[in-house]
Amino acid sequence: MSHPALAQIFVDDKPRAQWHDKALWFVRQKRDRMASGVPEWEDLRQHASEIKQHTMSLLPDYLEMFEKNATARGVKVHWAADAEEHNRIVTEILQQHQVKKLVKSKSMLTEECHLNPYLEKHGIEVVDTDLGEWIVQLRDEPPSHIVLPAIHLKKEDVGDTFHEHIGTEKGASDPKYLTEAARNTLRQRFCAADAGLTGVNFAIAETGGFVVCTNEGNADLGVSLPKLHIASMGIEKLLPRASDLAVFLRLLARSATGQPITTYSSHFHGPREGSELHVVLLDNGRSEILKSPEFRRSLSCIRCGACMNTCPVYRRSGGHSYESTVPGPIGSILTPLKDPEAHSSLPFACSLCGSCTDVCPVKIDLHHQLFAMRSFLDRKKLLGMPKKLSMKFASGLMSSKWVFSGAGKAARTALRWLPRFAVYNPLNPWGKQRDLPDAPKDSFRAQYAAYQKDQAEKKSRPSSGAGGPS
Amino acid sequence: MTQSSRQQILTRLRAALPESAALPNLPARGPWQTFDNPYDRFCEVLESVGGICFRVPTLVAANERLNQIAEWNEAKVRVSVVDGVGVPTVDLASIDDPHDLENVDFAVLSGHFAVAENGAIWVTDDTVKHRVLYFLPQRLAMVIPASEIVNNMHEAYGRIQIGDNVFGAFISGPSKTADIEQSLVIGAHGARALTVFAVESL
Repeated sequence: MSHPALAQIFVDDKPRAQWHDKALWFVRQKRDRMASGVPEWEDLRQHASEIKQHTMSLLPDYLEMFEKNATARGVKVHWAADAEEHNRIVTEILQQHQVKKLVKSKSMLTEECHLNPYLEKHGIEVVDTDLGEWIVQLRDEPPSHIVLPAIHLKKEDVGDTFHEHIGTEKGASDPKYLTEAARNTLRQRFCAADAGLTGVNFAIAETGGFVVCTNEGNADLGVSLPKLHIASMGIEKLLPRASDLAVFLRLLARSATGQPITTYSSHFHGPREGSELHVVLLDNGRSEILKSPEFRRSLSCIRCGACMNTCPVYRRSGGHSYESTVPGPIGSILTPLKDPEAHSSLPFACSLCGSCTDVCPVKIDLHHQLFAMRSFLDRKKLLGMPKKLSMKFASGLMSSKWVFSGAGKAARTALRWLPRFAVYNPLNPWGKQRDLPDAPKDSFRAQYAAYQKDQAEKKSRPSSGAGGPS
Repeated sequence: MTQSSRQQILTRLRAALPESAALPNLPARGPWQTFDNPYDRFCEVLESVGGICFRVPTLVAANERLNQIAEWNEAKVRVSVVDGVGVPTVDLASIDDPHDLENVDFAVLSGHFAVAENGAIWVTDDTVKHRVLYFLPQRLAMVIPASEIVNNMHEAYGRIQIGDNVFGAFISGPSKTADIEQSLVIGAHGARALTVFAVESL
């Protein structure tokens, strides 16, 4: 289904849609408070943007440097060209260690690869241990946001899910009570796990280590008990130097949830004594994106979710309407790049207001890219007929002065006399939830000419009156 | 097979490289935020993320303060890696499997230094035998030197040799989540509480 069709379903539940809008705006405001508390915020954004662009310009060299340094520390580094290879590598490592139970911390990359169903098919039980991700896993839903996976759910929904799956009291919906219940269940899962899998927030080329950030401590609990840790990372997660982490850790949590830093920012350099540490480097279309001068800066994304929280369309249409692992503005670039046919409506889920660009901590020119994505899809002949026809019609209308002014005159007259059903009908989707203002009597051109004339007269009057009779 | 994917990815990337872009220099002092009183700022931020800080002159005083905490006194299974602060019930040296630490109620651990701008404490795996102790106990106390509070993360990374330790972490407050309707709940999966003792003579 297209974004507008799915968004329609979301907005049909008006109170919930309004609640969703407010909940995300609240996060945006927390982000603003944190950003304004750091005087050098704009310097940090600029540094982050430059560090990422530099890294991308030498990405293969930095990947080799990372591999060399990580290997020297006893890490086993794997390379996966696509999702299928990633899943196969992870499964093989788990099978070699006879892993039956895996605990996973939040990793959008494994969502992108659909790792969970793959592992389950191979008889491995997977538990997503980020609270939000666990909730949507129990409900058999995808996350609707990359940082707040269950933001589309009300506490009553979570209460029902927990009642069904872990036996909390029927009707109980207090977040504290529900979190405590999840804590007790998940802590048992941590202790029973044979292996832990995490994502990677940042990897460091010069040291061969990586950093994972969580608030719950779930990544650390997941990998500090069992003897096997697998970390899956996109090849774009690399930073050249350890000192670059200062810039990114200052930006990440402030932008994501309005916290000064995540509770746990864990630095892994090699396996724990008596354990194994594997890192899987995944391409899966990233090298294709790097090729494109228009879109390569989207690879700088650090997955903070700030562009979603601020986006007026995301807030009012919900993450699931994007049908994309990464929804919102950044997802509307990344996902159509990978599969333009299936996701051609996404760059139009945007008013080009530019708010996403303003908040992006790594200064991705999001709204410019969203605009460019529309022509990218046009070049691929993927714009629907209504969109193409209306654009053709508008360009014909606007390229001739006489046609334009004639059409304007006709419309002003018609709008005054036409019955409502002739203006507000299925042929006018714009008018579905909106009314046009009353049509003015004269065109802007005529009004402006009249105004100019009026001004000129006013100017000439006092000078002619100055020498008049007193 | 993996070898060929490695080659394939590197070749593809080399064919796709954008024009070179300079790596910005990150000055040690830079335009980075500093505070008149980093310690006060640290305490303020720590409290805003759910932790609490006590400034004490000595380890003896830290021990006295610890003994006034009800949860410490009620804790059945206690761990301490700081000599003189808290009497442990568990002999860490005798524990080989971290799973045996599942029931720790309260652990007293030590941090190297703290960061004023975000209330974080830098910890490493060389002060504990099992790193899971930073995450698994119900409650944590952290002993830090009161004089070692840096202003910001740039100063923090300037102090540490990343990679000297297999594991290191910045920990800012107790474990928390807001995944249910954006309601902040302290005590997600990890520690429910974090008490910091900033010791003057350490």
